[in-house]
Amino acid sequence: MKKANAMANGKAIRKKKSALQKRYILVGILFAMPWFIGFLLFQLYPIISAVYHSFTEYNVFNPPKWVGLANYIELFSDKSVLKAFGNTLFMAFIGMPVGLAVALLVALLLNMKVKGLSVFRTVYYLPSVVPVVAAAAVFIWILNPEYGLLANVLRPFGIVLPSFVYNPAYTKPGLIIMDTWRCGQSAIIFLAALQAVPQSYYEASTLDGANAFRRFFHITLPCISPTILFLFVTGIINAFQYFTQGFVFASVTNATQRQTGGPANSLLFYSTYLYNNAFSYLRFGYASALAIVLLLVIIVTTLLSFKISRRSINYNLE
Amino acid sequence: MLKVRKFIARLLPYIFICLFSVIFIMPLLWMVGTSLKQPIEVFSHESGLFPGNPQWGNYADVFKRMKFGTYLRNTLITSVLPVIGQLLAAPMVAYSISRVPWKGGKYIFPLVLFTMMVPGQVTQIPLFATWSHLGLTNTFWPLVLPAFFGGAYYVFLLRQFMLSVPASLLEAARIDGAGELRALYQIFIPLCKPVLITVGLMTFMGHWNDLLTPLIYLHDGSKYTLAIALQRFLAEAKQEWELLMAASTVFTLPIIVIFFIGQKYFIEGIATTGLK
Repeated sequence: MKKANAMANGKAIRKKKSALQKRYILVGILFAMPWFIGFLLFQLYPIISAVYHSFTEYNVFNPPKWVGLANYIELFSDKSVLKAFGNTLFMAFIGMPVGLAVALLVALLLNMKVKGLSVFRTVYYLPSVVPVVAAAAVFIWILNPEYGLLANVLRPFGIVLPSFVYNPAYTKPGLIIMDTWRCGQSAIIFLAALQAVPQSYYEASTLDGANAFRRFFHITLPCISPTILFLFVTGIINAFQYFTQGFVFASVTNATQRQTGGPANSLLFYSTYLYNNAFSYLRFGYASALAIVLLLVIIVTTLLSFKISRRSINYNLE
Repeated sequence: MLKVRKFIARLLPYIFICLFSVIFIMPLLWMVGTSLKQPIEVFSHESGLFPGNPQWGNYADVFKRMKFGTYLRNTLITSVLPVIGQLLAAPMVAYSISRVPWKGGKYIFPLVLFTMMVPGQVTQIPLFATWSHLGLTNTFWPLVLPAFFGGAYYVFLLRQFMLSVPASLLEAARIDGAGELRALYQIFIPLCKPVLITVGLMTFMGHWNDLLTPLIYLHDGSKYTLAIALQRFLAEAKQEWELLMAASTVFTLPIIVIFFIGQKYFIEGIATTGLK
């Protein structure tokens, strides 16, 4: 009798439990629904659609026409792609590291236990919240070789500036100067990493007689290596999507909005070329092929960075 | 002698920091300074950073030349509505995948991370095709609607934070018979306030600053946001630097005001992204 009772009880509990579980599943689905719909509409469908379009000739207004690998074959023999890729690599492997180096320098300065840290932090961070279009307009004017701020500062030293907007050799350096000014975000991330380095490491090494340089290379750098890798990888990924700054710089030399490569295509970045193909030449199929290649490059970069991080980055602190 | 050396050693950081600060703040001063100059002062080697006789009329000229009111309204619509959408959707999704005991969360989270990796360029063309088939290009829908489904990065940020809320708090609420909606809105939302402010600020700034999306979807001058308007103005006005800088100042000012108000949340939000 007792046994039967207990069994019935257990059954009831189990029943109640499964009802609760069902309710949780329902709530889970319901709450995740916005994301799920968004994922289907704004991610999954477009990605599949882009893969399909990359094998077609398509201008949005007429139905796509299957052309097989033609877009990809064209892509690898297209001189403009080569040019755009070169310009993009320039920003990724010269521009971005320069910005990171300055960001680290700023973070090291801020980490020197100065008074009024929050004020200085604000000053360094402020440029990175300035809208990119406004920042570009301001820097085109600052870099004006005749009346700009930089020219005014350098004139007493007898330095004459080139045109950063018209001279194809200097357009990208101009962009790098502007991007470096906007490094505050990386600097704040570096600062947080620097503050997480255990103080005892420094104390011990000072007792051992290590100077500031040795402390930097043997303690600071290894300790913040995960952050360096993180910023480096996100920096490269962002560089591959580099668009707005170059577009605005190029719009000074070309008012028509059509060609956006700047003088001698020196500002033709990968994403700019993709944009031109899609929205100026209405070659959506070819632009989709460019986009798929971009996606693959980003996936490979990310996977590679995971591999590097597992092998040679110091995660002991976590 | 030792004392002097020590004093200099303590002063040195300040000298460097101040020097760098001047370099970082100068472009903004140059922007505001130029916006108050007369054309003759703009093209002169003698005029300093700020003119002796500030020309506030430059701002009035910009408002007249640029249909500024329209652009400002458009920019506000396309920046504020996404904030509302993001704040409605992202916490719900984050709660579902972090604190509701169901298996779906485990599968959704990697997908959220994956979508963070997919560049906008990939989805942009099919989405443009869809919006144009729906006849909704040249409207604000393509700029506003996606935010109502929860941005991957914001879901990620909120999930990380929600996981740090003690389980006992949630259990107590559940034992008291609170439904999941109440648990979310009465326990998690108040606790997540700092992150929610960060999410709101980032969404607002992202949309306010965005050039590419408006460039793709908005073709009619009356639909322009400030970002496109300024870019067009730059291409057309060319040498009228005092007006261009006035326009840039007006475009930047609201962001700077918002930044100062929400500074604490903003910088903390950024700083934590790097640690994980």
